[in-house]
Amino acid sequence: MKDVQQNMLKMAEGMPAFPKSVHRVLELTSDINCDAKELVRVIEHDPVLILKILKLVNSASFGLYQKITSINHAVVYLGLNTVKNLAIITATIGVLPRKNKAGLEMDQFLLHSLATAAIAKILASKMGVPDADLFDYFLAGLLHDIGKVVFAQFVPNKYKTALDNAIKKEIPLYESERAAVGADHCQMGSMVAAKWQLPASLVDCIREHHGDTGENISDQRLSDYLFIANQVSKELKIGFAGESLLDEIPDRIAKRFGKNLQEIIAFIGDISGEVDKALVFIKN
Amino acid sequence: MKIKFWGVRGSIPSPGPKTVRYGGNTTCIYIETDEGEHIILDAGTGIFPLAHTLLSKLPLKCHIFLTHTHWDHIQGLPFFVPIFIPGNVIDIYGAFDLVTNRNLKDVLSRQMDYTYFPVREAELKAEIKYHVLHERQTINIGSTKVTNVLMNHPVLNFGYRIDNNGKSMFFTGDNEPLYNIYDPADDFYGEYEKLMAQKNNMIFELIQGVDVLIADAAYTDEEYKMKRGWGHGTHSSCIEMSKVVRPSALYLTHHEPTRSDDDLEKIYQNINVPSGDTSYFLAKEGLEIIL
Repeated sequence: MKDVQQNMLKMAEGMPAFPKSVHRVLELTSDINCDAKELVRVIEHDPVLILKILKLVNSASFGLYQKITSINHAVVYLGLNTVKNLAIITATIGVLPRKNKAGLEMDQFLLHSLATAAIAKILASKMGVPDADLFDYFLAGLLHDIGKVVFAQFVPNKYKTALDNAIKKEIPLYESERAAVGADHCQMGSMVAAKWQLPASLVDCIREHHGDTGENISDQRLSDYLFIANQVSKELKIGFAGESLLDEIPDRIAKRFGKNLQEIIAFIGDISGEVDKALVFIKN
Repeated sequence: MKIKFWGVRGSIPSPGPKTVRYGGNTTCIYIETDEGEHIILDAGTGIFPLAHTLLSKLPLKCHIFLTHTHWDHIQGLPFFVPIFIPGNVIDIYGAFDLVTNRNLKDVLSRQMDYTYFPVREAELKAEIKYHVLHERQTINIGSTKVTNVLMNHPVLNFGYRIDNNGKSMFFTGDNEPLYNIYDPADDFYGEYEKLMAQKNNMIFELIQGVDVLIADAAYTDEEYKMKRGWGHGTHSSCIEMSKVVRPSALYLTHHEPTRSDDDLEKIYQNINVPSGDTSYFLAKEGLEIIL
């Protein structure tokens, strides 16, 4: 099974990004006076684009002195033109099909990812996390389910079984994934993030977003916030990424927030504005 | 060490009666260390006349550090005569191209492809070694140290600091000062400011107090208004840089190809030079600095 995962990891290199952002990147970059702010915004709202660009800039063969953690950071560090060309090469791979054989609806998936990203960021901000760190929370939300895209794209038949069984048997998706694919999306996503040189805090929280595996977590706070943000977006049913069962909130996380899920939702407040913003990156 | 300018022009060679005093060759700076090692920064067309002065030193061992691979910084390389002579050892250093995923050898060999040049890279007689540099990697050449840092240009561009025998110099390569892509009212404005400050601090930390600073001063302030994002500095941005770095001397280079000697001197006269310990000069082909 390890081989299968390694193989998928290799295939993920050629994974295309989401249709709307690919279209926007090609549109924006065809203008010599490319709108820098808009380009950054588009890249930062596509889990595949951002992951791949961060992967490239942090690659060992390139050998930057500092780890690049956001697209703004990449623009400052490498210049707009280099980031623009990285976006072009990623965009020209093609587009992720909106529908796949596995039955994972990509528009709904992206909405769930963007909603989780927004919720993680809002929650962190309201809980007093410094502004400078908020992007990490957004990114964690955006990328937490990326393993599912890898499965849907590269082992669609097995993944269909996993998705169907999760619903039919009312079991957590990660369980039916382990049975059908041999690994769950937390493992797959964190493997991709680790292989692609993303910061350890991100790798760890992707691995842990359905609960503690007992492995060391480099940023416990980030990991806990992502866990909660994922539950909130599932509970509010914003988008759908193949699972609707809520996870039990571990004591440690419950203690951190001092609130139950409904109280946390009330604390976060109205996020319909965020959902509208997310939809801009999905619909044509 | 001795530093000599062999090419001070940006973009494209510009020979002709209006550029005879400052020279029309594109970027090439030669450094001879106190111990007699040969270091060349960039291989613009200025490397061709430089090559002829090195033919008396065969077999030649030299180190060419490329700031970046835009034409005006590599175009002289196929005409660097020592590459054709057996027994010479030429080390070439530069960045990995992460956009095309090519190493330095691939990038440079292409300009010697059949379509562009009669001799293939594989046919060169000298021993040529390519070295892809990581950022802030220090290369030791004898007791001389060459350290790079990533600057700001439309392609990855390393600035190089050279330390020899207690003396130091830094060349920016092509470099535009960072600017905020956001408006002050935007959410990310503050974050971007911080990232810029962090990047600038990293550069300044490396180059603080060098004896000689050689910097890209392609544009006047007026010209820059139309050329923001093109990856070049201005005369005044270099002056600002020198206020932080506080070198003994600042040399302004990468002169615009359309700039006549007279224009260049007129600009120099009008530069608002701050009082202080730094002397300011226009880089000029043939000018030698002895440290």
